[in-house]
Amino acid sequence: MTLLDAHLVVERGTFRLDIALTVAAGETVALLGPNGAGKTTALRALAGLTPLSGGHLRLGDRELTRTPPEQRPIGVVFQDYLLFPHLSARDNVAFGPRRHGADRRAAHAVADRWLERVGLAEHARRKPRQLSGGQAQRVALARALAVDPELLLLDEPLAALDARTRLDTRAELHRHLGAHPGAALLVTHDPLDALVLADRLVIVEGGRVVQEGDAATITARPRTDYVAQLVGLNLFRGRGTGTHVEVAGGFALTTAEAVHGNAFVAFPPSAVALFTRQPDGSPRNTWPAVLRDIQRHGDNLRVRLDGPITVAADITPAAAAHLDLVPGRQLWAAVKATETRVYPDL
Amino acid sequence: MRTLRAGLALLIAFGAAGCGDDDTSAAVTGQVSVFAAASLTESFTTIGKQFEAAHPGTTVTFNFAGSSALATQINEGAPADVFASAAPKNMATVTDAGNASGAPVTFARNQLVIATGKGDPKTIAGLADLTKPGLKVALCAEAVPCGAAAKTALDAAGVKLTPVTLEQDVKAALSKVKLGEVDAALVYRTDAKAAAADVDAVEFPESAQAVNDYPIVVLKEAKNPAGAQAFVDYVGSADGEKVLTEAGFQAP
Amino acid sequence: MPLPLLLPAVLGLVFLILPVIGLLARVPWATLPHRLTSPEVLDALRLSVLTATAATVCCLVLGVPLAWLLARVTFPGRRIVRALITVPLVLPPVVGGIALLLALGRRGLVGQWLDETFGIALPFTTAGVVVAESFVALPFLVIAVEGALRGADVRYEEAAATLGAGRWTTFTHVTLPLVGPGIAAGAVLCWARALGEFGATITFAGNFPGVTQTMPLAVYQTMESGDLDGAVVLSLILLAVSVTVLAALRDRWLTAP
Repeated sequence: MTLLDAHLVVERGTFRLDIALTVAAGETVALLGPNGAGKTTALRALAGLTPLSGGHLRLGDRELTRTPPEQRPIGVVFQDYLLFPHLSARDNVAFGPRRHGADRRAAHAVADRWLERVGLAEHARRKPRQLSGGQAQRVALARALAVDPELLLLDEPLAALDARTRLDTRAELHRHLGAHPGAALLVTHDPLDALVLADRLVIVEGGRVVQEGDAATITARPRTDYVAQLVGLNLFRGRGTGTHVEVAGGFALTTAEAVHGNAFVAFPPSAVALFTRQPDGSPRNTWPAVLRDIQRHGDNLRVRLDGPITVAADITPAAAAHLDLVPGRQLWAAVKATETRVYPDL
Repeated sequence: MRTLRAGLALLIAFGAAGCGDDDTSAAVTGQVSVFAAASLTESFTTIGKQFEAAHPGTTVTFNFAGSSALATQINEGAPADVFASAAPKNMATVTDAGNASGAPVTFARNQLVIATGKGDPKTIAGLADLTKPGLKVALCAEAVPCGAAAKTALDAAGVKLTPVTLEQDVKAALSKVKLGEVDAALVYRTDAKAAAADVDAVEFPESAQAVNDYPIVVLKEAKNPAGAQAFVDYVGSADGEKVLTEAGFQAP
Repeated sequence: MPLPLLLPAVLGLVFLILPVIGLLARVPWATLPHRLTSPEVLDALRLSVLTATAATVCCLVLGVPLAWLLARVTFPGRRIVRALITVPLVLPPVVGGIALLLALGRRGLVGQWLDETFGIALPFTTAGVVVAESFVALPFLVIAVEGALRGADVRYEEAAATLGAGRWTTFTHVTLPLVGPGIAAGAVLCWARALGEFGATITFAGNFPGVTQTMPLAVYQTMESGDLDGAVVLSLILLAVSVTVLAALRDRWLTAP
């Protein structure tokens, strides 16, 4: 059942945000995109903090397009939490219930319950500056949830945390999102947050939705360079004629599956093999390449190669030593047709 | 460095010129600095112009204020050649401190009137009317001669009056009447006369009990004693007397 | 340390400190306790504290919303409004007093109407002193509070809105506490300015002991009447208050940024 049905249009100078979003009750959707894609603008528009230039916003059977923020049944967890510095953790969480008509005692009871739920009952009297980053994040979450929002918005909820805290907090956040009966929308630029926390991903670039779907579809079939980079694939757009896809510059890749018309070809960096001399044998895609740079990538090394097509390749340190890899080195790259994935560009 | 030396030379030249002025003791010339009671503003300004005309090469500069303020300033070392006070008491402040050269001379007398709005809208006929309910009256502070005189006159009339404000000099009290902020003020006849376009003057008999003598004196620290003496003499002359009388002062 | 900088710097410092030393050198210490407790001094002090406090309250009531308007609401002519607010800062207070007389005096633009309709006349009343002091001190408060508001993060106000707080509740429950220190500093500055007010007060409110004669007026009158010792004692009290205010605000203004 669709709870949130929004078409957000915001025009600001030369930037135009124009995206359609739907989120079902109990569903968590991640809005994923590079910096400047319009993710935060979309979130602000949903919260009512940035007015819409066009489109509409419906939540359940309520029309919210022109409703001021304080009257929207929406809770927000801000990127740096924005806990009121003059109020204790408890009063921060009680702030929303108080504004929604609860008396002081009732609001405190709600706050205590939520602090208990996020495991901070013993920190209720602390001021925000006395809380660690992870604790502040949990208070912010409790504060947003304490008003029982139909839609929960989270703006980069884990971005301000260090790696260790992030891991714990992410797991905990996942639990709370699962328990939240309303819709939840998560804005992030971190694919891991999106993959772990969200049921569905919406990729935004340049103010538009470029791809959406569940994690499996998006990781398997990226449609933009940004998404390909996120999921760690080499991606080329071209025109298929059978098992040949002609990509930019007239270079043709041989694929195992046949495709006709506009198509994407994707293969992981680990599928790229490097040689000092042109290899033979088939069926293989081979091309001369020049090494641009080399970086550590987990236990392996990731090299970037220029040539008729630009690709990333993962090789073992041992292979790297054997190949004498220095920038500018002339190499041969090869990818087996069976390692490629090909799918139509709709 | 060269600029500095030139500047120094210029300074020395000016200093020398300044010293030169002090040496010309006999001739009446240069600047005469006169500290005079606020009530003398109009008449002394006129006398000053006539004096300058009679003694080419002289300039007279005035500092008009409440007599008590002037006395304080003189005792604190303000550069003045002549002091003309609106009352002997404030003159005594200066002479007692040993700051006068010679004995003060009384050159004029002044009497109080009630200044009211034009046409006397509150129909004030005498001091007793000033206690009418709702009537606002300004007096001078007791430290200044017009305030002291007002107290004497009110005491003589047996009138108990609560003013709304105690002004620092007679001109300030008069301006409150001009603005319409107060209904009446006790001021000198001369001041009311000078402001005849804006205020009416109501004479009252008790003012005879509080006639102010105006003494004038050359100061001990005078930079221009000759000029100062010449100015004092001119105030006492027939020409000076004429200006003062026209302003409403009485001859001593 | 270049001499052309050091020499004027030292001279400037001496210039600022010397008059205070001159004042302290003339304090009649022997008669000080007796003079400090004289009814005239206590009257003037009581009136000064009362009017300065009342003026500060007036400035807070009028100035904080004005500062909020300037800091948070975009409206045409905002720059002109801000410029107008600073006028009393640069206007000589005596001129301010005359202006107040012409506006609120018995024959003034609004004062005439006030007098005829309600029988309210401000000149020569303690309320008149409060008006004169507020006029001169208000810009200090507005500028201090506007600065504090501009420095405060508006996103806290947005967070309050998403939690269901309307603009008024957000203002009272979030904005005010956030800029509280700025408002307090502005209020102290405003109070100090009101306490020292002379020109506008004597011009607009007149001078009568116990009603409109505040400390600075008492200093002036005492000096005028030739009682230098009395004037010094009164000045000493004002000096002590100024130093106390500076001490209270030292973290805010006396520490280099």
